[in-house]
Amino acid sequence: MTSGSYFNIVTISYFASMVLFIAFLATKSFGVARLATWVAILGFILQTVGIGLRWYETYQIPGGAGYAPMSNLYESVVFFSWTILLIYLLIEWKYKQKAVGAFVLPFAFLAMSWAQLSLDSSIAPLVPALQSNWLTYHVITCFLGYAAFAVACGVSIMYLIKVGREEDVGRGKAGGVLSLFPSAKILDDLNYKAIMIGFPLLSIGIITGAAWANYAWGTYWSWDPKETWSLIVWFIYAAFLHARITRGWAGRRAAILSIIGFAATIFCYLGVNLLLSGLHSYGS
Amino acid sequence: MTQKKRGFLMALWDFFCSLKLSIFTLIMLAVTSIIGTVLQQNQTKEQYLHVFSPKTYAILDKMQMFDMYHSTWFIGLLMLFCVNLICCSIKRLPRVWKIVTKPTLVPSQAVLDAFPNTVERTVRGSLSEIRPRMEVFVKDNFAATRSTETDDGVYLYAEKNKYARFGVYVTHMSILIIFTGAIIGNVFGYKAYVNIPEGGSIDKVWLRSGEPVDLGFKVTCEAFSVSYYPDSQRPKEYKSILTVEEDGVVVVDKRPIIVNDPMTHNGITFYQSNFGPAGSEIMTVKAKLRGEDKAQVYTLRRGEKAQLPDGTSITAADFTTSYRNFGPAARLNVRKQGEDEISVIVFKNFPEFDQQRKGTYLFSLEDFTQRYYTGLQATKDPGVWVVWLGCTLMVIGSLIAFFVSHQRMWVVLREKDGKVQVRLVGTAHRNQPAYELYFDKLKEAFNKHLA
Repeated sequence: MTSGSYFNIVTISYFASMVLFIAFLATKSFGVARLATWVAILGFILQTVGIGLRWYETYQIPGGAGYAPMSNLYESVVFFSWTILLIYLLIEWKYKQKAVGAFVLPFAFLAMSWAQLSLDSSIAPLVPALQSNWLTYHVITCFLGYAAFAVACGVSIMYLIKVGREEDVGRGKAGGVLSLFPSAKILDDLNYKAIMIGFPLLSIGIITGAAWANYAWGTYWSWDPKETWSLIVWFIYAAFLHARITRGWAGRRAAILSIIGFAATIFCYLGVNLLLSGLHSYGS
Repeated sequence: MTQKKRGFLMALWDFFCSLKLSIFTLIMLAVTSIIGTVLQQNQTKEQYLHVFSPKTYAILDKMQMFDMYHSTWFIGLLMLFCVNLICCSIKRLPRVWKIVTKPTLVPSQAVLDAFPNTVERTVRGSLSEIRPRMEVFVKDNFAATRSTETDDGVYLYAEKNKYARFGVYVTHMSILIIFTGAIIGNVFGYKAYVNIPEGGSIDKVWLRSGEPVDLGFKVTCEAFSVSYYPDSQRPKEYKSILTVEEDGVVVVDKRPIIVNDPMTHNGITFYQSNFGPAGSEIMTVKAKLRGEDKAQVYTLRRGEKAQLPDGTSITAADFTTSYRNFGPAARLNVRKQGEDEISVIVFKNFPEFDQQRKGTYLFSLEDFTQRYYTGLQATKDPGVWVVWLGCTLMVIGSLIAFFVSHQRMWVVLREKDGKVQVRLVGTAHRNQPAYELYFDKLKEAFNKHLA
């Protein structure tokens, strides 16, 4: 089997897991939630195998020196969904909040289906600029950071829905689907925890990128659009971290900042490559 | 100083220390940074006038939008950010320093009551008996204690990870260190370029402004090569072989440099940046008389002419390393005596190609050598190590600030009518929910220990 066929099964798994998580909110059956988690774990394992297999495949092409499969848009999107699952599963395992899955799995599923349906999955050996171990360190840390922000964004959306509904219903607890949501306090805390994981990773990602740029081009910072956007993302989450300890900024405003932060993250990741010019052109 | 003036200065000080200013500056930096990613920076005036009307251009130019990351207002915003960092550290650090170096061994009742994690129990026995038991309990479950005897009773104090309090300040300081490194690099460093043809040497490099910088040593490019992946136009490696001489003595001998593997000498780093053809190519052309085995070989530079035995002249008119996917090709101008000049294209990869022309001579391109120049970037940045120091501190500082918490614990023992009242109070400076869980378990152990 090729890595591509593994990734097809992974896409289906994430779709199934997403549907099951949503079904859990509707049925309130914890059996469904457990199944959703197991399907997600299965998908994650298959994806890990798939990425390993693709790594092996990079050695098999003519003249292929082999490289960590994170060098073009397709590979990075696949890796992004893998990191989302990694961070999500860790957070679910630690904080046992299954409802969050319904708001995070869609990101992983969207990423996988985009990669499988419309991105170029051909393996091409690396151009000289990308032949560096820094590529691996840089990409891994950045995407783990992005994934943590994706989880934070999912949690923030839940927070806004939950708080909005609670205000509608008066001061009482919201019923229905929302009863399975963690409390607003826990959601606010989870949002913070996810960003607390993501922020140092993003910082390391920016630093490894700067170190690599310095090693390859002799400048650690050149205000290239990708660099600048990563700094914008960093500024937003730094503002979030400071906002949270300021009176009047915790809760709703923090959740909104977290969502804006993730929107900026996605723009930094995709928008810059697709709309602006610069160094990160994914070799194309 | 008048009361009013002092009040104003205090308000100003508080403003520069405030978190609100931090949030405002961070958001402003985020929003304004977008401009330079949308509006192309550092283009020429002509390029901008292609897009903007002269009036708009003048306004944007006045606002320094075409080099916004070095504009007065953006640097000003960064400076405001630094002032905010410095002020809030000056304001908060002394208090934190005191907490770390001079812990409150005997807190007041009000201070103790303010901490939410507390448990109390009264047990039979004397102070001299219960005190060592509690010292052992805290040491086993948390950390070694310091005891203070007062008229009010005995106070045990223990703490863990007190230095975690500095995490935030290390992170803040790291940003200032990074800026310092950047300034050092800007003032004492430079970024320059140089092209060296294969076999050539240089002892100067050129700044973007066109100004030369003396290196103090001589760099020779021994060779340059480009290699491609098999069956494709995808470059695999750009490589220059450099030799460095100081006062006629070779100090670096034939060091290969490739992209992602620069060479540093005397604080100046050379990066493989680009390349191009240097001078004309040398082509080796074979001319064979049809039907005979004997062939003549000519080595020609571009534009050079050779005479064949029968008086036919050939000129190496043109050359390319890649002619429509057919690989290296040369164009020869051939003039047979008394005839018009004709053009013949010969390919290195297809030596038989000229057969189909059915001429007297059969030409082929045996080989070619292309001399290249290598384009190097030469950078001197004495501030870069300061920047890396700042980055390292930032990572360490933020990990400590996020994941390590300063935990403190007090035990107050009061003897009364043959009984001892034991009160245990604990607090963590961050991550309260996790600490509450920890303290709940500790409570159980506490009750068991004293039962």
